[in-house]
Amino acid sequence: MEPAPLNISAYVVLSAILFAMGALGVLIRRNAILVFMSVELMLNAANLALIAFARFYNQMDGQILVFFVMTVAAAEVAVGLALIVVIFRTRRSINIDELSRLKD
Amino acid sequence: MFAPVPEGGASEQLFLGGMVRHDTLAQIFRSMILLAAAITCLISADVPRVGRRGDYYAIIIAATLGMCLMSAASDLIMVLIALETTSISLYLLVGFLRGDAKSAEAGVKYFLFGAFSSAVLLYGLSLLYGFAGQTNIYGLSGALAAAGLEPGHVLLVLVMVLVGFGFKVSAVPFHFWTPDVYEGAPTPITAFISVGSKAASFALLLRFFLAVFPTYEEYWVVVIAVLATFTMTLGNLLALVQRNIKRMLAYSSIAQAGYALIGVAAVAADNSLGSGAVVFYMFMYTLTNLAAFTIVILVERVTGGDQIADLAGLHQRAPRLALAMFLALLSLGGIPPLAGFAGKLFLFSAAVDAGLVWLAMVGVINALVSLYYYLVVAKVMYVDQPAHADKAIAVSRPYVYSLVVTVVGMVLLGTIFIGPWLNWSTSAASGLF
Repeated sequence: MEPAPLNISAYVVLSAILFAMGALGVLIRRNAILVFMSVELMLNAANLALIAFARFYNQMDGQILVFFVMTVAAAEVAVGLALIVVIFRTRRSINIDELSRLKD
Repeated sequence: MFAPVPEGGASEQLFLGGMVRHDTLAQIFRSMILLAAAITCLISADVPRVGRRGDYYAIIIAATLGMCLMSAASDLIMVLIALETTSISLYLLVGFLRGDAKSAEAGVKYFLFGAFSSAVLLYGLSLLYGFAGQTNIYGLSGALAAAGLEPGHVLLVLVMVLVGFGFKVSAVPFHFWTPDVYEGAPTPITAFISVGSKAASFALLLRFFLAVFPTYEEYWVVVIAVLATFTMTLGNLLALVQRNIKRMLAYSSIAQAGYALIGVAAVAADNSLGSGAVVFYMFMYTLTNLAAFTIVILVERVTGGDQIADLAGLHQRAPRLALAMFLALLSLGGIPPLAGFAGKLFLFSAAVDAGLVWLAMVGVINALVSLYYYLVVAKVMYVDQPAHADKAIAVSRPYVYSLVVTVVGMVLLGTIFIGPWLNWSTSAASGLF
């Protein structure tokens, strides 16, 4: 079956918007978990772009990369949340502005 | 691992469906990384709360695997997997001291900066895939040229990729995590990050830029030269005011990354001389920094502190340790006949050869500035009076091995092994083209 024609630029623009929202979130948010969620948004923006490109070129490479990104993101969540829990136990807060014990 | 390298360029050397390339560059960086991992395990032996934990060593092995793959990765998919295997293991190791507020804070900072920069890198890679339509980095440059892109698009990808790699090698302005993580992490892990992770990242940086962007050299040579200038200068200036030895070594490691970036900038404009110099420099830096951190761990165990003042009078308490630290500091500062001198000489001469005379001058001035803070530590060790002169510094067997290997290697690499080692490095580099 012939694949339907794909409007690639719409997908790329959407992924760029998602990426920008994620990057802004990382810079503006002060809560460690929200910062981390913004990073996940950036990863998913990349995923969207990859899938759209893979469909555009009609090949599997991009899709395979997406599977690995999802796996990596899951591993990152496990490690990241563990670290955030540890910091909450010692500080009673996960505000990244209060992470100031280490400084010059 | 040390199987002979197949002849005949990239087409014969790609394995696992083009995912990794087994060439001399991968081989030399792998030997560096394995050496760093072995010595990290040795110097962890007596460190409280990490030395007797099996899981700690298991995570080190995972990180080492990731770094070995980074040095050989030749596909965007493998680049991502190798980088993340390394990073995620290192996040865990940095935050390994569970009840310790400093270690947890360092872990969270490293994790948040690392996750952000690898997300930017990943977006860059996805755009690269979109422009070229394939993922093997040896096919990308041809595909990019065939696609007839505007330079602006490629520049965007270049910047995003540089954010990711700049974080890993701690180049300014992506260096903010470095001092905090170096101070908070368990000290053997600080040593491991400063040499293993940095060496693997330079291997990936060299391979990636030379394979993917050879036709865009005019842009990235300037970008990397500017990055090198800021990295060296800021690293050295901030190192001058540090009182904590681990923070001092952190800023020193930022500065050292700056010197190595000189070689990367010279690579592009010229030939294998620049990348050969980078390979040589990373090898000498691995040996030297591991020696310095071994001493820091030994002193930290006795005095319980990691300030530069805690090294006071080390010469009276343990003359041989003081001598080893002195040699490591001189090598970091670039004094002959130690390896650091030869490494800097090759880097600066590669820069001059490539027509970047101003960059070589900046490097020389920075090397002079850096001597000041290295020699301040030497003065503290040799002249100042010790605060705890009565406490002997016990050096157990693993630490003796580590010191012998690193110090002897450092001296040999700067004297009789210069020639053979430089030949190996340049032959590794010439395989990149």
